[in-house]
Amino acid sequence: MKDKHRETFKEEASELLAELEDSLLELERSPGDQELMGRVFRALHTIKGSGAMFGFDEIAAFTHEVETVFDLVRNGKVGVTKGLVDLSLAARDEIKALLHGNEPGFSERRQEIIAAIQELMPAPPEGGVEDRPAAPDFPDPDVLPSQELPVTYRICFRPAAEIFLRGTNPLTLFKELRELGECNVIAHAETIPSLAAINPEYCYTAWDIFLTTSRGLDAIQDVFIFVADESDLTIEVIDDGLKPEEDSNYKRLGEILVARGELNPEALDEVLNRRTLIGEALVKANLVNRDQVQSALVEQQHIRGVHKKRHEAQATGSIRVPSAKLDKLVDLVGELVTVQARLSQTADVLEDPQLLSIAEEVETLTGDLRDNVLNIRMLPIGTIFTKFQRLVRDLSAELGREVELSTSGAETELDKTVLDKLNDPLVHLIRNSIDHGIESPEVRVKSGKPGKGKLCLTAGHSGTQVVIRVEDDGVGLDREAIRAKAVGLGWLAPDAEIPDKELFAFIMAPGFSTAREITSVSGRGVGMDVVKKAIEALRGSIEINSRAGQGTAITIKLPLTLAIIEGLLVTIEDEFFVLPLAAVTECVELTREDVAKAHGHNIANVRGEIVPYIHLRERFQINGVPPAIEQIVITEMDHNRVGFIVDNVIGEQQTVIKSLGRIYQGVEGISGATILGDGTVALILDVPQLMHREILEPRAARLQGN
Amino acid sequence: MGKVIMNVDDSASVRQMVGFTLQQAGYEVITAADGQDALAKLDGSAIHMVITDLNMPNLDGIGLIRQLRANARYKFIPIIMLTTESQLEKKQEGKAAGATGWIVKPFTPEQLIAVVKKVLG
Repeated sequence: MKDKHRETFKEEASELLAELEDSLLELERSPGDQELMGRVFRALHTIKGSGAMFGFDEIAAFTHEVETVFDLVRNGKVGVTKGLVDLSLAARDEIKALLHGNEPGFSERRQEIIAAIQELMPAPPEGGVEDRPAAPDFPDPDVLPSQELPVTYRICFRPAAEIFLRGTNPLTLFKELRELGECNVIAHAETIPSLAAINPEYCYTAWDIFLTTSRGLDAIQDVFIFVADESDLTIEVIDDGLKPEEDSNYKRLGEILVARGELNPEALDEVLNRRTLIGEALVKANLVNRDQVQSALVEQQHIRGVHKKRHEAQATGSIRVPSAKLDKLVDLVGELVTVQARLSQTADVLEDPQLLSIAEEVETLTGDLRDNVLNIRMLPIGTIFTKFQRLVRDLSAELGREVELSTSGAETELDKTVLDKLNDPLVHLIRNSIDHGIESPEVRVKSGKPGKGKLCLTAGHSGTQVVIRVEDDGVGLDREAIRAKAVGLGWLAPDAEIPDKELFAFIMAPGFSTAREITSVSGRGVGMDVVKKAIEALRGSIEINSRAGQGTAITIKLPLTLAIIEGLLVTIEDEFFVLPLAAVTECVELTREDVAKAHGHNIANVRGEIVPYIHLRERFQINGVPPAIEQIVITEMDHNRVGFIVDNVIGEQQTVIKSLGRIYQGVEGISGATILGDGTVALILDVPQLMHREILEPRAARLQGN
Repeated sequence: MGKVIMNVDDSASVRQMVGFTLQQAGYEVITAADGQDALAKLDGSAIHMVITDLNMPNLDGIGLIRQLRANARYKFIPIIMLTTESQLEKKQEGKAAGATGWIVKPFTPEQLIAVVKKVLG
């Protein structure tokens, strides 16, 4: 292809040389003719420029010298003389010879011409700045990108207002930056004037861009090459990819603003003392504006992301450890936490400031150690998600369904123990969705849905819990059938009004699912009681949402870890018990008077609501006399509120769970034990089990009896 | 449909090379031999970008850029000027007239496409 261009150039150059000869001869006759001077210059300029384009480097270099003198002629700095015309004509002949491939390489004749021409020119001012060869504007595409460490830059780009009038679209610049690496762009809109004052042809916005790239500063400058001159552009390295960060938290928001010079340190200190959200406070104090805070926040997040990635990259090296070793480690940490609690308690009692400070330090360290150890046991839920792809594929083929499984939140981490026990319930739910939820393709098309059913598995964090959802776009639950069945079983009064959630919860009750004929109508029920039990054993909860014809969503909420829970410590006589705090909603007092009013029923009136309660002293057959005023710890599970009567409520407590020995495995109402700071053992109450045994099952039995 | 690029150059060989390169890359190309010719060929139809030489007879690149920027239809389109390294002054003048960017001659087809993609997005 290049040959074709070269041929075209030769033809063109021949024409230009002929024109050059004519023009030069005419110029000799009328030396002041501007038009002629321009024509000569252009001919030379084109020969030079195009020559270089098509590989005629010698022509380009030689012509450049002649062109330079004619540029001066054009601008009136050098006069047209016979000598000049003679030299130019001679030069023209040389160019022609070169064009036809004669006398390539070094030529004395050409050197003489160049020397003679240069003599005609006035001395170049101060080293001839104009002739400085410009740096190549674009990197050679053949050069491989260097394998440098990714560096993070803060790019502050304030374009000239007229940027649009020069045909530049800032968005294309950001697009280019994105191609260089991970990039976050923040717009500063504070300089945009009011609508009345706005000139729509002007650009008022400025941008802060955070870019992590291994391509180097030059690559970034190349992006802005056309706009750098008129724009306010600063590029700073904010993370060089080398510094082992002391803590992965990067700078605090205020520090970033100070580092950028947008805020002075004294003002920051003053605001900090007011103890509100720093960003909000700074904006309120008019020290910085909202966009600046936003930009600093993005910088913070961007760098944290970079650090995290680097950390992960470094952490790819891993070792395999038998999980028994981890369990042992968790046990030891549990004991350490216990000892630490005792230490803190002792220090409190002794009131020795030195001991107190040591106890405090041990507390912090133990907390960190505990979190880290528990973290080791965390596995991404994605490890079981991947198994489900195959399950869905096989099941849908078997049942004649078309199902697409999509998953999200695969990176959500759960304790290994939880994860292991989660597999079966999830398989159950997925099987149910495909078997009873999602219709066959024909049915789906008839009801206006795409033939292919959707099944979504999502996982994510919500506070200290992990939420997992299994969602399908199938037929949904049959409200009326479930209702009829519940009424039939005597679990529900025929005229009772009941929210959907509670109604759907019936299908998870044992005894409901055995009714096979409902299964085929309602579409669900197979083993749902098993699923519910498994989830509750993990101290989780399960909830069903469904809309007829549109699908069903099952939400499972699980604690992050099984090893440690937040508990509420209570006493009955001399015994300590712990209730999982997640289940507790409030504590109220129960006086003898209240008990008398209830006429022998175990129910309390809490702000007008009737709440049944379990008298734990009776339930556990603890001897002694209850205090005059007892406490009801009110818990809520599956929309059922149940109270637990105890003597005293002591307070919240981080509880390291110890499983009970094998002999006690069958004990109802107790799910584990924990050791308190002073070495006392406290039993952990199995709230859902107690609730079922003591309240819900007797209630169902009564209803059935009626 | 590909975007339309106008190439203005008094050198036939450069026109050929630029035109060929752009067409290969999927753009539609309109060529003009100088500024006058270019203006005559601009009938108000959609042109997404202009690549123009600076030194041309009749109407040079700077003059063409000024005229284009004065036309509401072409006020905001990217205009790239072809310059040689000895024309730093011209580059400034071109930018002042409203050029978006520049390519320094000699350039390779790859460099040309890189610049076109850069400004067209």
